[in-house]
Amino acid sequence: MKLKRNIQLIDQHNNRGFYLDKFGGNFVAETAIKPIEDLSNLFEKLRKNKKFLKKRDKYFKYYLGGETPFFKLENLTKYLGGAEIWCKDVSAINGDAHKAYHATVNALICKESGKKFLAGDTGAGMFGKNLAMAAKEMKLKAKIFMGTKDISRQALNVSFMKKAGAEVVPVDTGSRTLVDAVSECMRFYVSNCQTTHLAVGSAIGANVFLKICAWSTSQISRELKSQVIKEFGKIPKLHLLNVVGGGSSAIGFWNEFIHYNKNHVKLTGIEAKYAAPLTTNAKIAILHGAAQYCLQDKNGQIADTHSISAGLDYPGVSPLHCMLKDTKRAKYTSCSDEEALNALKLIWKYENLRPSLEPAHAWAECIKIAPKLKKDEVIIVNNCGSGAKDAGIIKSKIGYYPK
Amino acid sequence: MKNEIDKAFEITKKEKRPTLISFTVAGDNTSKKSFEILKSISNTIDIAEWGIAFNCPGADGPEIQNSSYRAIKNGITLDSTFSLIKKYKKLKNSKPLILMGYYQLIYNYGEKKFIKKCKNVGVAGLIVVDLPWPDNKSFAKLCKKNSICFVQLIAPTTTKKRMKLIVKDSHQLIYQVSNVNITGGKLKSTAKTILNNYKTIKSINPKKHVIIGFGITKDTIGNFKAANGLVVGSACCKVISNAIKKRQNPAKNLNIMLKDLKSKII
Repeated sequence: MKLKRNIQLIDQHNNRGFYLDKFGGNFVAETAIKPIEDLSNLFEKLRKNKKFLKKRDKYFKYYLGGETPFFKLENLTKYLGGAEIWCKDVSAINGDAHKAYHATVNALICKESGKKFLAGDTGAGMFGKNLAMAAKEMKLKAKIFMGTKDISRQALNVSFMKKAGAEVVPVDTGSRTLVDAVSECMRFYVSNCQTTHLAVGSAIGANVFLKICAWSTSQISRELKSQVIKEFGKIPKLHLLNVVGGGSSAIGFWNEFIHYNKNHVKLTGIEAKYAAPLTTNAKIAILHGAAQYCLQDKNGQIADTHSISAGLDYPGVSPLHCMLKDTKRAKYTSCSDEEALNALKLIWKYENLRPSLEPAHAWAECIKIAPKLKKDEVIIVNNCGSGAKDAGIIKSKIGYYPK
Repeated sequence: MKNEIDKAFEITKKEKRPTLISFTVAGDNTSKKSFEILKSISNTIDIAEWGIAFNCPGADGPEIQNSSYRAIKNGITLDSTFSLIKKYKKLKNSKPLILMGYYQLIYNYGEKKFIKKCKNVGVAGLIVVDLPWPDNKSFAKLCKKNSICFVQLIAPTTTKKRMKLIVKDSHQLIYQVSNVNITGGKLKSTAKTILNNYKTIKSINPKKHVIIGFGITKDTIGNFKAANGLVVGSACCKVISNAIKKRQNPAKNLNIMLKDLKSKII
């Protein structure tokens, strides 16, 4: 199984929306078929429309703050020895995480579709917060679905959403986390698909939803590629490390580098240890409209997960990552809560950086592999979220949180 | 392909009334209880629809979700569901049984193994909520080969062009989703609009039995006497939930409720 050359990652599906003929698809209720088809047609039109692209770029530049920084972590590199360590600091974006890109694009698409309501799911609250912000900016009404467990552990983001005028719908079923929030949000969409645009919070869901998400977050690698060339004059031997929950930030971080040889640009995704369908060779399941590797019990019920990080507490993963795993283009590994917390301590000690719990998983992998690599190799970590939202959880676990 | 389902419709056609189809969840709230419920209502209903509980359902409202979560918590599995169906079909008063579920559990069980098992235990029809046309073509074919009716769904959002293609590929029974909603939601469309959609489907091929479901309760059922059949789902699950809460007998209560519903469509 190989990736097709010269075709964008999101476009590698067949005419039924399946990647490698087995991941993804459109497993949705009949009621949602027409609205999803309409959305798909609209999206395909918009992504070729120069006026729309200009509008998107304008929003990315002036509303989200433009290019996020790319810099070397001199102290950490010196301390660990081995590869150069660089940071693509996506958390510097207005909105504090990569979710800002697809929240903004979804609001723009909603506007174009003529719908006035936006519905979205959120785990850590980053997508919810950005969707609430974008809705306010574009005069739309946002409804954010969030598990009650996440509402209490990410209270800061919840109050932000409410202040921005969004309605936060608590979801108290099942594990009361992201998986249930997505289910409830999708049910809401089935009931209101004629008036509401569904903004799925990660590169998951039926075909068009994951495409919109990955298309939006790809801004990260567009910037990164030119930043790397500017710094190094070429693309050096790279290791691109990114945490993977649903997988929206990793796809965006890797997209422009997919067609490089895998020994030239290595892609490594890091899952949370107890929410790691790719690392644990989970079987394929049909979840939230798509076929994907997914944690499940022997009867096929979707399994409970655990992660200290609400954004990673999800049993499935983007069909795009399933494709990257099966074609061996990316490698996946996992990291425990404890390793992620230890990574934070080290990062704080050597660098003025405050990652959230999600990218802390990628930093843990960086710390693990950097000493083993050569000096002319370059590790880049996508620091995809800002830690402020997690200060309380982190403090309760390790006793302090730096200023 | 004439099976039990056709016979059920023949009977109700003679009686000049719609076929009454109950929906309950297998294993709700225990395997034993769900069997008793089915047994108790079988003299009242014409066809029994049984839901396969799934913990991430994409189109079920709170009532059916509650039933499903209860059933899963009490250990229902596909294999135990099949054993219950086998036992049920041996009863003298058993009715044609349609299984309803989400594709994940069928996929996990294996399509072929699933259909074979359905055939062996006497399942008459299948509804797979999230396997829409045309993705369901090969699965539907496999059903037909095994004399199982694969029930296609048509929603208010389905375009006329698509509707024709779905009807063409359908077996003898078509499920009309009454309004843009999940199960159990309050009807957002008028009875007139719903019946107009019904007529549109029937006009494409009058031979197909078209049943209407979603939002059918004792307050709305009387409006749909003209339909071939009516599915009552969330209202059934609600009766079961209430009976459990009040420590009453759900099997008895549900039969009383369904008798009442039936009286409104005779």
